[in-house]
Amino acid sequence: MTVGLLFDATRCIGCGACASACKEQNKLPGPVEEETSAYTWTTVKPVGDIYSRRLCMHCLVPTCASVCPVGALHKTPEGPVIYAEDKCMGCRYCMMACPFDVPKYQWDKAVPIIGKCIMCTSRVKKGEPTACAAACPAEATIFGSRADLIREAKDRLRKNPTGYVDHLYGLTEAGGTSVLMLSNQLFEKLGLKANLPSEPPAMRTWQVLSNIPDFVAVWGVFLYGVHWITARREVVAAYEPPRQGPDIQDDSHMGRPS
Amino acid sequence: MNTTVALPSKRFHFGFWTTVFGLVFVPFCFVTVLRFYKGLGAVTHLSDKFPWGLWIGFDLLCGVGLAAGAFTLTAVVHLFNLKKFEPIVRPTILTGFLGYIFVITALMFDLGQPWRIWHAIVYWNPHSVMFEVAWCVMLYTTVLAVEFAPVVLERFGFHTPIKIIHAVITPLVILGVLLSTLHQSSLGTLYLIVPSKLHPLWYSQLLPLFFYISAIGAGIGMVILESYLSQRAFGRHLEMDLLEPLARAMVVALGIYGLMRLQSIHRNGAFGAITDFTYEGRMFLVEFVLGVVLPVALLSFRRLRTNPRWLVTGAFLAVLGFVVNRLNVSITGMEGAAGIRYVPALAEIIVSVGLVGIGMAAFALAVRYLKIFPERSPLGEGGAEGG
Repeated sequence: MTVGLLFDATRCIGCGACASACKEQNKLPGPVEEETSAYTWTTVKPVGDIYSRRLCMHCLVPTCASVCPVGALHKTPEGPVIYAEDKCMGCRYCMMACPFDVPKYQWDKAVPIIGKCIMCTSRVKKGEPTACAAACPAEATIFGSRADLIREAKDRLRKNPTGYVDHLYGLTEAGGTSVLMLSNQLFEKLGLKANLPSEPPAMRTWQVLSNIPDFVAVWGVFLYGVHWITARREVVAAYEPPRQGPDIQDDSHMGRPS
Repeated sequence: MNTTVALPSKRFHFGFWTTVFGLVFVPFCFVTVLRFYKGLGAVTHLSDKFPWGLWIGFDLLCGVGLAAGAFTLTAVVHLFNLKKFEPIVRPTILTGFLGYIFVITALMFDLGQPWRIWHAIVYWNPHSVMFEVAWCVMLYTTVLAVEFAPVVLERFGFHTPIKIIHAVITPLVILGVLLSTLHQSSLGTLYLIVPSKLHPLWYSQLLPLFFYISAIGAGIGMVILESYLSQRAFGRHLEMDLLEPLARAMVVALGIYGLMRLQSIHRNGAFGAITDFTYEGRMFLVEFVLGVVLPVALLSFRRLRTNPRWLVTGAFLAVLGFVVNRLNVSITGMEGAAGIRYVPALAEIIVSVGLVGIGMAAFALAVRYLKIFPERSPLGEGGAEGG
């Protein structure tokens, strides 16, 4: 069973309890910031008359995990995408590649690491809900199995079609995410990208990378073949009667008029 | 008995370029200390919105790309057997080797925790393009070092290792071409992962191919350019009989590349950005006119190609356009999605310029003490070590 979160922007009252609970749970220093950062893994912001919540979407095929050269990020069977800070060398390809701009960096540290929501992995492993879901007084963020959450979200969309934009964000975005969102405003307005393909971005690079062994074999044989032919031509030429030409003798490049 | 000599070492004197080098080097040291003591945020304009800047766009992408002359020329000489280009192989390999050292050094600045760079060897993730780039850079730098080793070894009279390298030069060159092909293109593959972020003027499924072909074009441009620069610096004459056919190859590479770029922009339906003269459109025009249209147009004429001044101008434009292209892919094309403009901090520029300066100084020293450039004496025999 993979778990996830469902955030319903129409229910959020903007109290920020989730962000505070997150800070406490993950022992993050400083106050809750405006934007997510290495030290603030989730935020709640007013957008018109509703609130937008930002956190890691925990993709089903995470782009960050696919791009990390040292495999410091990976998707656990339970659902959270977690980060092994002791492996990370700080190339920041995950930040560049994440379609949701989630991973953030400790720019102020001489020994920096990435910071991002890890869906309270330790709690989730014990079967407890995430700190943010447990703290939410309005049930705007709820925790559960992804399948149940999808059923619940579709139920809300069906029962109240005028109260929502008819879209469950995260069902297919970037190949689907464990965090799902409902809203009565366009998702772009909540600061979420609407142009994300339903195919995981990781597939695009894998299509290239998976062909490398085949390519190496073919290109290697081709190059050796070229060498074989040209070198043979030289050997043959050496046996032929000498004639005027620049490319026959090996040492002909010396002092040859241009 | 060799085709190359160390240039008659002009006595070192405290000239203009030495002064410039000194002026850059002092702040470079200062920034270096600051970067490692205070972290990336203290010296760069990088941020959560813009995590990759000048050090990736210029130092990494351009450093690797402009070193492409090395694999191109070793392939031409050792695989296509066009031996007449042999005399310029050595300076090209030296440029390639220094280029890769430059890239690795720049990475030590850019990585958050550079002392963990060895993690790429230990922790594998074959799904990551960065993993492939790391391995290729590592292996190819080794190949270049071995290809260049004879130049150093002969200086100290070690002839046995030279014979060994000479014996395996063909597989070595093939390995070098393979690795170069893989990671020149994989620098383009790095950006395949951001279809929703990179502007359609630059995003394409063919990015790996674009990076590969343009690197060959600009790599050849660099060979011409560096022949010219060393000619100026050391009072040598330009090998026009070798550079002219190289320019022709560059025109072909850039021509194919330019055509493919236009096709891909057409397929993305992004011509509007150019005709509307948007920020991205203007930057594209700079890149494309400088790096493709002008060099191809100029050097298509035999009369211009055989004129050293025009030849060097064409090569310079190609290299300049190449640099703008890499900066466009890594910076201009990503700014729209990031929602901010990134302008490198002075400290970032100081590090990049400082590293280029150190590379050039290393090149100048190597030319002074090692046999890099051809001697026009009729005595020599083909030094087939690959230089």
